[in-house]
Amino acid sequence: MDDALSTEAEMVHARPGRLREFWFYFRENRGAVIGLWIFAAFAFLALFGPWIAPHDATAQFRADTLVPPFWQEGGSWKYILGTDPLGRDMLSRLIVGARYSFFVGVVVVSIAASGGILIGLIAGFAPQWLDSIIMRIMDIILAFPSLLLALVLVAILGPSLTNAMIAIAIVLQPHYVRLTRASVLSEKQKDYVTSARVVGAGYLRLMFITVLPNCLAPIIVQGALSFSTAILDAAALGFLGMGAQPPTPEWGTMLAEAREFILRAWWVVTFPGIAILVTVLAINLMGDGLRDALDPKLKRS
Amino acid sequence: MPLLRIRNLSVDFATASGAFRAVDAVDQDMETGEILAIVGESGSGKSVSMLALMGLLPWTATVTADELSFDGHDLLNIAPRARRKIVGNDLAMIFQEPMSSLNPCFTVGWQIKEALRSHLGLNRKERHARAVELFEQVGIPDPEKRLSAFPHQLSGGMNQRVMIAMAIACKPKLLIADEPTTALDVTIQAQILDLLADLRRDTGMGLVLITHDMGVVAETAERVSVQYAGQKVEEQPVGALFATPHHPYTGALLDALPERATEKKLPTIPGVVPGQFDRPAGCLFSPRCKFANDKCRSTPPPPLGADMGYARCFYPLNANERIAS
Amino acid sequence: MSDAPVMQATGLQRHYNVGGGLFQKSRVLKAVAGLDFEVHAGKTLAVVGESGCGKSTLARMVAMIETPTEGSLTLDGKPVRAEDWADLRQSVQIVFQDPYGSLNPRQRIGTILMEPLMINTKLSRADREAKAREMLKLVGLRPEHFDRYPHMFSGGQRQRIAIARALMLDPKVLVLDEPVSALDLSIQSAILNLLLDLQERLQLAYLFISHDLSVVRHVADDVIVMYLGRAVEKGPKAEVFDAPRHPYTKALLSATPRAEPGAEKERIKLKGELPSPLSIPDGCPFAPRCWKVQPKCRAELPRLRGQPHGAACFFPENGTYPE
Ligand SMILES: Nc1ncnc2c1ncn2[C@@H]1O[C@H](COP(=O)(O)OP(=O)(O)OP(=O)(O)O)[C@@H](O)[C@H]1O
Ligand SMILES: Nc1ncnc2c1ncn2[C@@H]1O[C@H](COP(=O)(O)OP(=O)(O)OP(=O)(O)O)[C@@H](O)[C@H]1O
Ligand code: SF4
Ligand SMILES: [Mg+2]
Ligand SMILES: [Mg+2]
Repeated sequence: MDDALSTEAEMVHARPGRLREFWFYFRENRGAVIGLWIFAAFAFLALFGPWIAPHDATAQFRADTLVPPFWQEGGSWKYILGTDPLGRDMLSRLIVGARYSFFVGVVVVSIAASGGILIGLIAGFAPQWLDSIIMRIMDIILAFPSLLLALVLVAILGPSLTNAMIAIAIVLQPHYVRLTRASVLSEKQKDYVTSARVVGAGYLRLMFITVLPNCLAPIIVQGALSFSTAILDAAALGFLGMGAQPPTPEWGTMLAEAREFILRAWWVVTFPGIAILVTVLAINLMGDGLRDALDPKLKRS
Repeated sequence: MPLLRIRNLSVDFATASGAFRAVDAVDQDMETGEILAIVGESGSGKSVSMLALMGLLPWTATVTADELSFDGHDLLNIAPRARRKIVGNDLAMIFQEPMSSLNPCFTVGWQIKEALRSHLGLNRKERHARAVELFEQVGIPDPEKRLSAFPHQLSGGMNQRVMIAMAIACKPKLLIADEPTTALDVTIQAQILDLLADLRRDTGMGLVLITHDMGVVAETAERVSVQYAGQKVEEQPVGALFATPHHPYTGALLDALPERATEKKLPTIPGVVPGQFDRPAGCLFSPRCKFANDKCRSTPPPPLGADMGYARCFYPLNANERIAS
Repeated sequence: MSDAPVMQATGLQRHYNVGGGLFQKSRVLKAVAGLDFEVHAGKTLAVVGESGCGKSTLARMVAMIETPTEGSLTLDGKPVRAEDWADLRQSVQIVFQDPYGSLNPRQRIGTILMEPLMINTKLSRADREAKAREMLKLVGLRPEHFDRYPHMFSGGQRQRIAIARALMLDPKVLVLDEPVSALDLSIQSAILNLLLDLQERLQLAYLFISHDLSVVRHVADDVIVMYLGRAVEKGPKAEVFDAPRHPYTKALLSATPRAEPGAEKERIKLKGELPSPLSIPDGCPFAPRCWKVQPKCRAELPRLRGQPHGAACFFPENGTYPE
């Protein structure tokens, strides 16, 4: 019977790898690829911003306050996108600001995802009563408008970027809990989990080694999507004065600082707004592509 | 003129890793009132070839054929509107999964009446009467009450009968039953197969029975077509096929039946059905065939004549003398 | 080989509470309603029956995934209790029907095979790997398959891997829950050969669950026919198949299509369908569908009588009981 399989060795080799298949489906989605490129540029700016920016982001050129972008009358190539009311270079602030938004995204998603996955796993494996308690708490958190809740939390903790991130992470976490619990419950039905139990795997092993790796696909997609939510919420908190504090060149804070000049100098509000818009849009597009590529149901046709 | 005539039907799917040929040069004829069984392993293209006929494949599929005609209509170049008139009317199909083919949100009565409305244009009262009549015909007890049941309230066997009732609602000339009993128990399977045979007798419709159960084939079919990896490898009347298979695959398949076993160790067919990445150059069965030689491995064999069951093989079994051409 | 059974079950039952929402009282579903059997080393006990008659529930109890509601199970003469599961696990392993669902898609074959050893033994990594590779060979797979993921394998190969995993701990009893039902005919025979070969070599006791009578006829030594959670007939294979006593067994045999075109046979047509397990009739559970039914059947529950070939019927076919 060993010869029965001799012909199959090549077949196994010739199959495309997982990564290639992933890329095939990801590539199908035009928007996702564009999103990916923009995100890559964003990440690059976040890492190397201070070295790329033409000026120091906090340097105040008192002589050149509210200079318009170069193509407008009175603009100059020295300040490509103009300067703000304190004479700081807009372009440099935007470039350096990418770092804060990126940082917010990474930290918030890490905290929210790791906490959410852990609680979700526990809920999925726990006895019914504990599961109910956990899920009701999550429902309560979800019942508040998320920004309002974040505001309340920041008000309690005190306004700063760190506290804003913690608040946003707490607000985003229930999504991860629900998602993880749902996939744990569906994976738990499968025979491979029963098989692991029959060979004696304990709960910890079942949770983290057997089940968790199989629940990751939707969580990754959620991670990408909540990355953009985190950026948006952090900007909103910054705008309300509850997030990053001036002079930090955080995009939301920049918007807030320039609020009163909106009629006199359109560029001081428009560019940070566009930066937020483009980043969030790009990440959402990328998240959609990820979902298409990772969702086995859509993969079939 | 035969009821159904298929010549050189091929279906290709576009997939992540290139084109994949699911159905390869299949010919098939079908007369009125006949029961044809199509057997073959999972993935051999049985469902896809029939779905191609009905025009129900997703956009990733490319269908090519020299001829695809049903009851005088050319189904290959037909306008979608005209096709909708034929499909579901004269040409009906029972799908593989009874549970997922019915809409769980509506009662089975509503679903069958909807089919009657769209195809026959009966009024409300006539529809109800016809629905009851159909349910009686397929042996659903207490039809008036069952009409208002939802699919999940009925058992698998009942749902399958509802599917059959819907399929025969418009008195089709040809009914394609795709594994109508695979999900059912043997006692229910026997009832459903009897039902299909009775319907054939009473209405004179042709029946294509797709299955992989050799027992079902032996007891129900008149003619059998064997598919392997997308190709039709043999076709014979049922008695002859079981007595004197010509293609080595058919022979090996019959030998592998546990009920034909003469000793504890069953004869096996080594290897697996070729997939997308290991399609052999010559005969598709050559990697698993015990008679294969270099010629088989390099040249695809064309189908032989009717006396050899159209077997796609250079060295057919049960030939009085081996043809070496 | 001693004659003492490896595993013995007496009065095994499993009930589920179903329904029971806000407005409904929950009802008791007797998925398995009293089973007695013995499994001997090197022998195969087959369980056949229609969908929903409790075969998988039985398998889960024997494989120590679920506790019996009532009745007892002994392994090598020692009672199996939930507290001892961890120690007894190694002796009973299970193979599932669906080869696509029973292997963890994110683990390599090697890891899948070594996991049981990692959990249950103190072997070194090298020893584990050596043992896993040996097992891979035993079930007819190739050494290079060790580092591959399950999605690269066909259904038959996956079933071999599942069997290999089940054998890693040297079990005495192997529960096979429809091991070939999802496989094609040409693959099925290879797996059956493998199972029979392994049984002979390792003196395994099989609890073989299937609804395919021709497969059961090929592999079994003894057969239990189940109907709605109860054994309606039990006996050596040859007697059950050649001289069925219970009307249900007879109907089942006659309804099974045979791969012999034109063979004359009379088919017993059963009325109706399997009743819901929630509303099993009083008296003989088969009475509503039985063609031999008499008033007595509806009033009284027939017990399984007769050794070694018994049936739970007041009016058995093929003679009366040898009592
Ligand atoms: N939408 C699709 N896209 C790509 N490949 C497909 C698609 N539908 C079917 N196939 C492939 O076509 C081949 C034939 O499938 P088909 O469903 O006809 O098999 P079958 O003979 O009906 O098998 P079964 O007995 O399992 O129903 C399979 O290899 C399948 O993977
Ligand atoms: N966890 C559960 N909760 C409630 N009911 C259950 C549960 N598991 C099984 N059942 C019920 O118990 C009965 C027996 O189920 P089981 O899965 O053992 O049947 P089976 O004989 O294996 O059927 P099949 O041939 O379809 O696999 C069924 O009616 C089923 O609905
Ligand atoms: S006891 Fe009666 S009803 Fe039950 S199987 Fe026997 S004859 Fe039929
Ligand atoms: Mg099919
Ligand atoms: Mg089962």
